[in-house]
Amino acid sequence: MKVGVLALQGAFARHVRVLADLGATAVEVRTAGDLADVDALVLPGGESTTMSMLLDSSGLRGPVADRIADGLPVLGTCAGMILLATRVADGRSDQRSFGAIDLDVRRNGYGRQVDSFEADLDVTGLDEPFHGVFIRAPVVERVGDGVEVLAAVDGQPVLCRQGRVVVAAFHPEMSGDDRIHGRFLDLAFAA
Amino acid sequence: MTESNRATGTQLVKRGLAEMLKGGVIMDVVDPTQAKIAEDAGATAVMALERVPADIRRDGGVARMSDPEMIEGIKAAVTIPVMAKARIGHFAEAQVLQALGVDYVDESEVLTPADEAHHIDKWAFTVPFVCGATNLGEALRRISEGACMIRSKGEAGTGNIVEAVRHLRSIIGDIRRITQADQAELFDWAKRLQAPLPLVQEIAQTGELPVPMFCAGGIATPADASLVMQLGAQAVFVGSGIFKSDDPAPRARAIVEATTNFADPTILAKVSRGLGDAMPGLEVGSLETRLADRGW
Repeated sequence: MKVGVLALQGAFARHVRVLADLGATAVEVRTAGDLADVDALVLPGGESTTMSMLLDSSGLRGPVADRIADGLPVLGTCAGMILLATRVADGRSDQRSFGAIDLDVRRNGYGRQVDSFEADLDVTGLDEPFHGVFIRAPVVERVGDGVEVLAAVDGQPVLCRQGRVVVAAFHPEMSGDDRIHGRFLDLAFAA
Repeated sequence: MTESNRATGTQLVKRGLAEMLKGGVIMDVVDPTQAKIAEDAGATAVMALERVPADIRRDGGVARMSDPEMIEGIKAAVTIPVMAKARIGHFAEAQVLQALGVDYVDESEVLTPADEAHHIDKWAFTVPFVCGATNLGEALRRISEGACMIRSKGEAGTGNIVEAVRHLRSIIGDIRRITQADQAELFDWAKRLQAPLPLVQEIAQTGELPVPMFCAGGIATPADASLVMQLGAQAVFVGSGIFKSDDPAPRARAIVEATTNFADPTILAKVSRGLGDAMPGLEVGSLETRLADRGW
């Protein structure tokens, strides 16, 4: 299975490493050509405003939207979650998202860097807790009807799924634990 | 509802923010207007300071932490992370910056050092620190003091990339050599670098610094950004290079595009066009003060 990792900016190299360790062919995606033959896509953490801008200048915005609409399995972490959400609060006015999962999110909703935190998460379908790393993370403020909440922190959803779209407010690529990527590959493989 | 067990200020979340800044451009700004221009251009973060290095160099005198009011103004103007500089060894300035809620503290040689023997004990802080380094030993000493990001120092405020290249090549070259060393040689490496043995051993295993390594000091053009990224920097800091140029907004944007597409000369040729004059540069041999010599 060939998994693309959006490599415009951010923690893409870490995702590539985790996916490769799981046996997937992981490729960095910077152009529409890179996207053409991937079977799944990861939108990494980083700065969502920067990535939103680079999605336009790279010409990737349209092709990514088209592939998602065609059912491409997608995993978005932190900034990636913001880019996949329906509505974004506290963003820039020119920042655009794909609306691939029916969620409203607030950028940096947990606060600034000094409020960034680690916490153990009970994840639906995983036997042992998953250690979540939250860095200036987005808060989910509304969950649409078709969205399944797979983990929460203090009542706020932090891992959600709708169809083939999976989003995390935290950074599974930072924990040294490949279970969430593994589950995503299972989902993508079944697609 | 019970509060979950949240741990803040851990090495993982401190180094984590540096991971998120990779592949991006962190821009020096001196007021909210410049901060907006930087964010509009796609900066991943801004560095709030009172004078860019080129002006510090020109004006002389003691350069200190910025006025908290000015930092607050910049924080209010943008949604991206805000960094600020403290003087080397000036832990009280760093405490103030942490209280202000800045996202990263740069213990910086661009400001006048406050302590000639000791850097800040960065383990004592919740806010993460970035420090400059000219060679691998310096980088590892900063990491052992708790730095969560290293930037090659270059020579700030010159618009001259030659020192940044020297420092990057020195750090990365030594990392490459260490991965070829046998166990016995690692002791000698630690001694020569004046660096903790466990960090040297870690590099021998992983082939990279334990924290992200960015590049600063002298980047003035999109091609400069591409050069240092190809040499192995993971992101770039641009100080005077943007707001001391003819037309800051398009130049800032072009450097962002160049940092993402650093390995694609066709895109670099496209984004480098029609940017007006870059900042006037300085020959390193003609400098009265070498900022990179500050810190130890």
